[in-house]
Amino acid sequence: MKKQLRNPGLWLALAITAAFALWPALASNRAYARETSFTILKAVAFAASLNILLGFTGYVSFGHIVFLGLGGYVGFYLMDTFGLHLALAALAGGLSSAILAFLLGKAILRLRGAYFALATIGVNEAMRAFIKNFEPFGGPIGMTLNFGVYRAYGGPDQALWMAYIGTALLTIVVVLVSFLVKTSRFGLGLMAIRENEDAAEVMGVVAPNAKTWAYVLSAVFPGILGVLFFFKNGNIEPRDAFVLHQSIEGIVMVMLGGHGTVLGPILGAAAYQRLRGLLLVSPLFKNIQLAVAGVLLLIIILFIPAGAVGWLRTRFSRLRRVLV
Amino acid sequence: MSQAPILQVQDVSKRFGGLQALAHITFDLPQGEILGLIGPNGAGKTTLFNCINGIYPPEEGRLVFQGQDITGLKPYHIARRGVARTHQIVQPLEELSVLENVMVGSCFGHEQRSLGESEGIADEVLGFVGLVERREQPAASLNVAQKKRLELARALAARPFLLLLDEVLAGLNPTEIAEMVEVVRQIRDRGVTILIIEHVMHALMNVSDRVIVLDYGEQIAEGTPGEVANDPKVIEAYLGDPKLAERLMGEE
Repeated sequence: MKKQLRNPGLWLALAITAAFALWPALASNRAYARETSFTILKAVAFAASLNILLGFTGYVSFGHIVFLGLGGYVGFYLMDTFGLHLALAALAGGLSSAILAFLLGKAILRLRGAYFALATIGVNEAMRAFIKNFEPFGGPIGMTLNFGVYRAYGGPDQALWMAYIGTALLTIVVVLVSFLVKTSRFGLGLMAIRENEDAAEVMGVVAPNAKTWAYVLSAVFPGILGVLFFFKNGNIEPRDAFVLHQSIEGIVMVMLGGHGTVLGPILGAAAYQRLRGLLLVSPLFKNIQLAVAGVLLLIIILFIPAGAVGWLRTRFSRLRRVLV
Repeated sequence: MSQAPILQVQDVSKRFGGLQALAHITFDLPQGEILGLIGPNGAGKTTLFNCINGIYPPEEGRLVFQGQDITGLKPYHIARRGVARTHQIVQPLEELSVLENVMVGSCFGHEQRSLGESEGIADEVLGFVGLVERREQPAASLNVAQKKRLELARALAARPFLLLLDEVLAGLNPTEIAEMVEVVRQIRDRGVTILIIEHVMHALMNVSDRVIVLDYGEQIAEGTPGEVANDPKVIEAYLGDPKLAERLMGEE
């Protein structure tokens, strides 16, 4: 553990994340900067979580957004109906996503490659259809937070800052966990599975368990994130909670920055969000920004499959110590 | 050699569709022995390895390791009990470094070492197989001979009681073969029992205490290398030409 903490790569990754998080405190228009940073941090936390499964374990989840949606719904319901505090609701959201991942892990992680990827899409679509017809969660209309709920946190403005700080802390935790996984014995087992699952099993890696825990870990943070995000939004509905293309954008971020690295998803998420922001205000691209994401993914896979950080690591071996 | 056998293969059969890959294979492997497994291509040698280390369960028969039934256990369970193997077709974890490859063996093999301890063990084993100067390289960058050594290093890092070697000599040049044979002997001298599949016949005959011959999934002969090489059934089924046997034995 101590040796791990001396790794400059960890501190670089944490410093970059902290810089995104602290930017609003220094900006002139703080509320505006907060919204921008919120979007970036949400993307970083989601991409870094996805990377635990996609990058370390080598399993592609096309439906990862289901964990954000489900967690968001559970937390939202608890806040709306029982007036549960945001922090507790966030934990409950994370827990429910973790449980879903655990059960799914037992069922679909036996599938490999494309079959697993397809199954994850099915899970997301099935969950959306279920929630749409689940009356306690508001069915197709969803739920809207009573304005009075924010009063418990000192008014809407305070509540938004609270959601922001929660997201910033969560993102730091995800980056830290992601580093600890990568540099641990557990992580070595995951990477062995990624490289060759059969060989890993022959060497004693209990692949079914390791994969399930990786899946759970990559699901718990999006679950918490969902609660914070929809609390900030004030309403939640099936259409916004289980957006399939957001899963794919997550994959683009991980691949862009470098899958299987700690720093990659952070940079990939920030860069992708920046690009997306530019595209959305451009009259030419605003309607086809998702197509740009698709083309981007294609280019990465064809020309720099290791992503930016992976490429730098291969190109400049001296940077390896810093670019974890 | 009077101890209980480390591995007992009892009446093991396996079929793939219409192909009888293994038919009633039965033998005991005493502690500390090097047992050679030979036979023409498709005789079922690797299938037997796959049954022993749990890749797939045998349809009939029992596998007993250190007195305990291991039939039908998963590969990782069997690995944790102290069986390690190499693959005929090398299976490096390509994007991981040579060191990390070997650490996987040590971390998840039967001793379940921590990451820190594993690094030490991995370095020692890499020194033993002569790969230590390549520890930081990605495994994908090794050549075939080095990848074979890596397979062996990974298996050894687990500190197994039983080592299954599947054609570790194939594709090596004569000097490399001589080195590898020496390595195999040293492994046995450390107290590891070895079951070895090999096509490089003179090397196998040289290193094995005893040899079992498979042909079309049947166990057709068993004995010391000398006995087996002179067994008419083996000569007919496997070597084809009686003079070949003499020549092989003479190639030491």
